[in-house]
Amino acid sequence: MISAASIIFIVVGMIVMMVSNSMPTISRFGLAFLTGSEWKPADGVFGALPFIYGTIVSSLIALIISVPISLGIAIFLTEQAPKKIAAPISFMVELLAAIPSVVYGLWGIFVLAPFIRDHLGVFLETYLGWIPVVGQLFQGRLTGIGMLTGGIILALMTTPIITSVVRDILEVVPNTQREAALALGATKWETTMIVLGNAASGIAGAVVLGLGRALGETMAVTMVIGNSPQISASLFEPAYTIASVLAANFAEATDELYLSALIEMGLVLFLVTFVVNAFAKLLIMSVASGKAGAKNV
Amino acid sequence: MESKISISNLNFFYGKAQALYDINLEIPEREVVAFIGPSGCGKSTFLRTLNRMNDTIPIAKVDGTVLIDGEDIYSSKTDVVALRRKVGMVFQKSNPFPKSIFENVAYGIRINKMQTSKSDLNDRVEKALVNAALWDEVKDRLSSSAFGLSGGQQQRLCIARALAVEPEVILMDEPASALDPIATQKIEELVVELKKDYTIVIVTHNMQQAGRVSDRTAFFMLGKLIEYNPTQKMFTNPDERLTEDYITGRFG
Ligand SMILES: Nc1ncnc2c1ncn2[C@@H]1O[C@H](COP(=O)(O)OP(=O)(O)O)[C@@H](O)[C@H]1O
Ligand SMILES: [Mg+2]
Repeated sequence: MISAASIIFIVVGMIVMMVSNSMPTISRFGLAFLTGSEWKPADGVFGALPFIYGTIVSSLIALIISVPISLGIAIFLTEQAPKKIAAPISFMVELLAAIPSVVYGLWGIFVLAPFIRDHLGVFLETYLGWIPVVGQLFQGRLTGIGMLTGGIILALMTTPIITSVVRDILEVVPNTQREAALALGATKWETTMIVLGNAASGIAGAVVLGLGRALGETMAVTMVIGNSPQISASLFEPAYTIASVLAANFAEATDELYLSALIEMGLVLFLVTFVVNAFAKLLIMSVASGKAGAKNV
Repeated sequence: MESKISISNLNFFYGKAQALYDINLEIPEREVVAFIGPSGCGKSTFLRTLNRMNDTIPIAKVDGTVLIDGEDIYSSKTDVVALRRKVGMVFQKSNPFPKSIFENVAYGIRINKMQTSKSDLNDRVEKALVNAALWDEVKDRLSSSAFGLSGGQQQRLCIARALAVEPEVILMDEPASALDPIATQKIEELVVELKKDYTIVIVTHNMQQAGRVSDRTAFFMLGKLIEYNPTQKMFTNPDERLTEDYITGRFG
């Protein structure tokens, strides 16, 4: 009871502290802070849009890559693989989730970035770059450091998390659902679709949980995304995320307005990830307790 | 006697543990056969060998032959998906899908691509619900969730879902064990009604139920078939002492 109360106290206290410390920019820029795309601390110009854009786009890239892969692995582990194979793979997935993000970042700099510069980026530009509109994403200067690299690193980090949550959710789908489908002449794949239907809201929760992780991830992204506050159509260009800009600039932000701008962005990130995570937990809980999806009398 | 299902020398193992011993049994077409016996004696295991539902258990091993319409269902040539369409199953706990009432019944029709048009699909769903004696209760709320139905209605929905794929045999594993007496009575009436068109095998631990719905009864104990006779005879003048003891409630 006391610890529960103290957690609420801490959360409320953090919000109050952050709001009061970001008052200078809140009162001075209002909503323009969130929509402005110019970030020039030396001139007292603070527009957070490039960071918001970078955070959202890098997270979206991460989910576009990691969601199908995670679903595939989780389905393989629960619906297809014999226990002997599933157990070691599950174990490895758990291990991947526990690797410190700075290690992912180092790997990103030394392995992924050169690979994207020399191979993946060239490949994407050749085969997708010519497409009208969408092609713009895959054109431009290839340094290996940029939005795409940041997104792929985030995909690597969210895949183990989403996979293990989805696997847990598929495992609690009652076997009677699989048998019901099989007994009607369903194939293995059709049976899997029934299982996924049972787990739909939990899977959505796992994806949102992964999103929360991607939005807030700091170290690995800071190391590979290029840290340049710009909004560019090309995914090859450097970008910047909220978490990265906070980590990289807090120490040098000496004047009040600069500090206030960083804290306000921290507040935005806090509120967004808080809501995203709460939403994810609710969805996952609803499946685990059998409220949504699989319910049997 | 023309057999729909013919089982000979059937042995069944969960890993090293033998669950069924040398079962021989003939199930005639369009009759109701009841399986009775103390719990754990292998009734469900046996029932599930008839549509190869035990295939999903990695350690399960079957030995012997099961012929349906003269075809060995454990032959390597057997199309298990087609077999399960021909031999439907209703489970102990009703297990509707998290879909609407309509979609639950339509599911098997859709995956087996039986419908020729949208209206044909509607007709098939309606027919299955009528045959499962559920249509009047649900016809005004076909698009609402199956979970809104009572336990007995859910079980009849599962029967409708099974009927929709036009099976020839229906396996029922204690279909009324979780239901109240009125819902149970409805299921029993339904079984008797369905006998006109289907061959039915029903597991029950309720002796009166076996007496009311079945033409023949098979009594199992510890994985062995002790006696198989017309239900009338079984309940009035059984051949085996063990059967009599069980029926009169001296054990089990
Ligand atoms: N999946 C399984 N794995 C191992 N043993 C099982 C499994 N299912 C049932 N058994 C065992 O097989 C025997 C017969 O069980 P079952 O067919 O469920 O009996 P009944 O339906 O007559 O109560 C029991 O001893 C039970 O413990
Ligand atoms: Mg049983």
